[in-house]
Amino acid sequence: MTTENPSVTPYTGTPTTPAGKVGDYLDQRLGIAGAAKKNLRKIFPDHWSFMLGEICLYSFIILLLSGIFLTFFFTPSMNEVTYNGSYTPLDGIKMSEAYASTLNISFDVRGGLLMRQIHHWAALVFVMAITVHMLRIFFTGAFRKPRELNWLIGFGLFVLALLEGFAGYSLPDDLLSGTGLRIADGVILSIPIVGTYVSFFLFGGQFPGTMIVQRLFTIHILLVPGLILGLITAHLILVFYQKHTQWAGPGRNEKNVVGLPLMPVYMAKAGGFFFLVFGVIAAVGGMVSINPVWLYGPYVPNQLTAGSQPDWYIGFLEGALRMMPNVEWNFWGHTLSLNVLIPAAIVPGILFTGLAVYPFIEAWVTGDKREHHILDRPRNMPTRTGIGVAGCTFYAILWFNGANDIIATHFHLSLESITWTCRVLVFVGPVFAFWVTRRICFGLQRADRDKVLHGREAGIIVRSPEGEFSEIHAPLSDGDRYKLTSHEVHRPLTLTEVTDSNGVPAPRVRRAKLRAKATEWYFGERIEKATEEEYHESITGGHH
Amino acid sequence: MSDEMKHSDELAHSGHGDDHGHGAVALHDDPFADPGLPEHHVRLTDIDEKAAKRAERQVAILFAISALSAIGFCVAYTEIPINKIYDFFPLGQVGASNLVLGALLGLSLFSMGAGAVYWARTLMTDVEFPQERHHLESDPVTKAEAIAEFQQGVADSGFTSRPLIRRTLIGAMAVLPLPALWILRDLGPLPQQALRSTAWTAGELIINDNTVSLDGTTGQGIKPADITIGSLVSARPQAALSAGDDFNDMMIKSAILLVRMDPADIHSQQERDWGVDGIVAFSKICTHVGCPVSLYEQQTHHMLCPCHQSTFDLTNDGRVIFGPAARSLPQLPITVNSDGYLVAVSDFTVPVGPSFWERG
Repeated sequence: MTTENPSVTPYTGTPTTPAGKVGDYLDQRLGIAGAAKKNLRKIFPDHWSFMLGEICLYSFIILLLSGIFLTFFFTPSMNEVTYNGSYTPLDGIKMSEAYASTLNISFDVRGGLLMRQIHHWAALVFVMAITVHMLRIFFTGAFRKPRELNWLIGFGLFVLALLEGFAGYSLPDDLLSGTGLRIADGVILSIPIVGTYVSFFLFGGQFPGTMIVQRLFTIHILLVPGLILGLITAHLILVFYQKHTQWAGPGRNEKNVVGLPLMPVYMAKAGGFFFLVFGVIAAVGGMVSINPVWLYGPYVPNQLTAGSQPDWYIGFLEGALRMMPNVEWNFWGHTLSLNVLIPAAIVPGILFTGLAVYPFIEAWVTGDKREHHILDRPRNMPTRTGIGVAGCTFYAILWFNGANDIIATHFHLSLESITWTCRVLVFVGPVFAFWVTRRICFGLQRADRDKVLHGREAGIIVRSPEGEFSEIHAPLSDGDRYKLTSHEVHRPLTLTEVTDSNGVPAPRVRRAKLRAKATEWYFGERIEKATEEEYHESITGGHH
Repeated sequence: MSDEMKHSDELAHSGHGDDHGHGAVALHDDPFADPGLPEHHVRLTDIDEKAAKRAERQVAILFAISALSAIGFCVAYTEIPINKIYDFFPLGQVGASNLVLGALLGLSLFSMGAGAVYWARTLMTDVEFPQERHHLESDPVTKAEAIAEFQQGVADSGFTSRPLIRRTLIGAMAVLPLPALWILRDLGPLPQQALRSTAWTAGELIINDNTVSLDGTTGQGIKPADITIGSLVSARPQAALSAGDDFNDMMIKSAILLVRMDPADIHSQQERDWGVDGIVAFSKICTHVGCPVSLYEQQTHHMLCPCHQSTFDLTNDGRVIFGPAARSLPQLPITVNSDGYLVAVSDFTVPVGPSFWERG
């Protein structure tokens, strides 16, 4: 149980094995024995959901490796050339060097298409894994003290990943990516006061200009990956230093961490998992086509095919843009394009800000200043879970509407009615989802309570001498019973400052009243845990 | 596990609300005592040497597959011509090089990972054991010492006692980022009037996109008779044929659509006047965020933007009838020149494309 063993005799000899010699050499220069002693057998808890963060890290490494390969062949330039490579359908067409070199990677560099497809698939997996990992952290309350700062770092990584993905998507200068940039330019132009200037500075003049590809290239291969790398390092150091959270269970508490040692178990499992992720993405990159830019042709501003779709993580913005009614204000010689600004900047701004500050809001509502290392089961925090599901619903409806044209043509529905349905659902859906989720959470808590008191259904039906049929309930093990009852049942805060307003400045009273309302909303309704007395009563009183 | 039990006694605590201890670990009022870590279940490989040997061989086979696939990758790289297309069931026509390289690389990496994970699961320890969490917050003595060191540092610097230095330092630090901002000025020119005008001028010949040569330097004009009722023609100004590197910058504002309708179907007198016998020209650039509108509904003369589905009514000054665009599609006034070709009467009378702050 302890890492210090008093029975160890001090090491004074000379190393004989190769590993010993290397270790001794390094220790004499870097003093690594202390760090090795502390970390080699560091314990990590085991759960499938803890692998989600690993997928993020591994797909980022895959992106770095495949991305470096791509830079050896990609030309980030919008200079015009006439294509005469292996792909004959585009022979003789004028295009940018960026697009021509992308075709070259796809058709004339061996393994080039594989690397392009691995890079693109890994990017999709990267953003997806970050999203799911973040949801895992949210729904289990892993963001609580002391991990709020790591939540913010993770949030920063999420935003950077979206930016990085969009920048990379725009580099090949094909018709689809150029159209994506055109939309981005339209969004930038909608920003009040500075929008037009930002657009001209970003594109080096009017859209599309001849600068954007080389500028995005620097952003995509240096600036953003540099930031991501730095933040990932900080993220992992904090995970290591603060130790991983764990699920409740017998023998697990807030003061320990139960699991298996880094060396050898997690070195093999996590190291092996990297190869598993890489292997799957490599195989998918070889077998499943993605972003076949040669089919789209080079970017020209006057062409577009119907059914164009961005990568999945941009879909919610696309859906928001499609959903917004056409409100535009003109005043004093200026134009405020609310039809663009609201869906593309204000709505995602609110959604993302809410995500970033949620841990601090919840800490304020609960008044909880304690450290938490045991994860919450989502059902035991119904309001938080409800908020999370409401947020997901909001996002999902925007995302769904981003494909309204595809859905309309595939299911023979009217585009207008899909859009109008989404316009209503985007307000009603989250409220409904919040309410339903909370009800489900309370239901699951009641089921847990029943299980503790009456045991698990054994599936055996017995008939009593009186002719009554009943199902045998097998009692839970001590461990399972502990696991289902070791969570905390929160109660609303009792706030004295609300009533005692003498001499308290008005804003503080308002804030306190708001807090009282919030804490009541969070914890006013709750399911109490089964007590030991109830349990004894239920086993002595027989079961029904 | 005796101190585990003692520990859970300490956990008996019912404090809720604002009085939570600062920095203390969460304490639960658990109704049932923690029975301690469950007993370890042994695996077959823990007790049966034969099973362990078998697992060892399985791991070794996975590592061998990994090595063989890696070699296979190198062989496939040199042996399969890059442009060879095969018919692979059920994938259809696929490039052989890409498929085989991907499959072998995938197999090599996957077996490496599978071997390592299987090794860990069968032969490495699976006895879970607890490790103490160290307290994150410093103890009060360390805190006090750190504060003392900090205060000594502040005192030594004179930061608080010499306000002149402090204020000028803060002021200078606030100004210092300015050059970093200023130096970005040459990223692009100022917008000025660039978004307000297009390449269309009085008498500018309208070129049919479909007649433009591959290199974009030649193309033919359009006579009214070339356009039948209900048809749609994408077009560009003659200037675009000699635009060279500026082609995209020109087309982003100057791309147009020509549509011929029965003049009686056109609801707006101005729209009729700006056209020729029911032939009207509209900007092809959506007024929402600038995609090229291109989906034309022949029966209703509605024009739909494929990006965000803004729908414009071409019989009624290009008004928006659905979707997020707020402004009508600008109409280009056209006429017929002395040679019988369609030409522009003037530039657009309003800026084309997405709105911008200075547009008004």
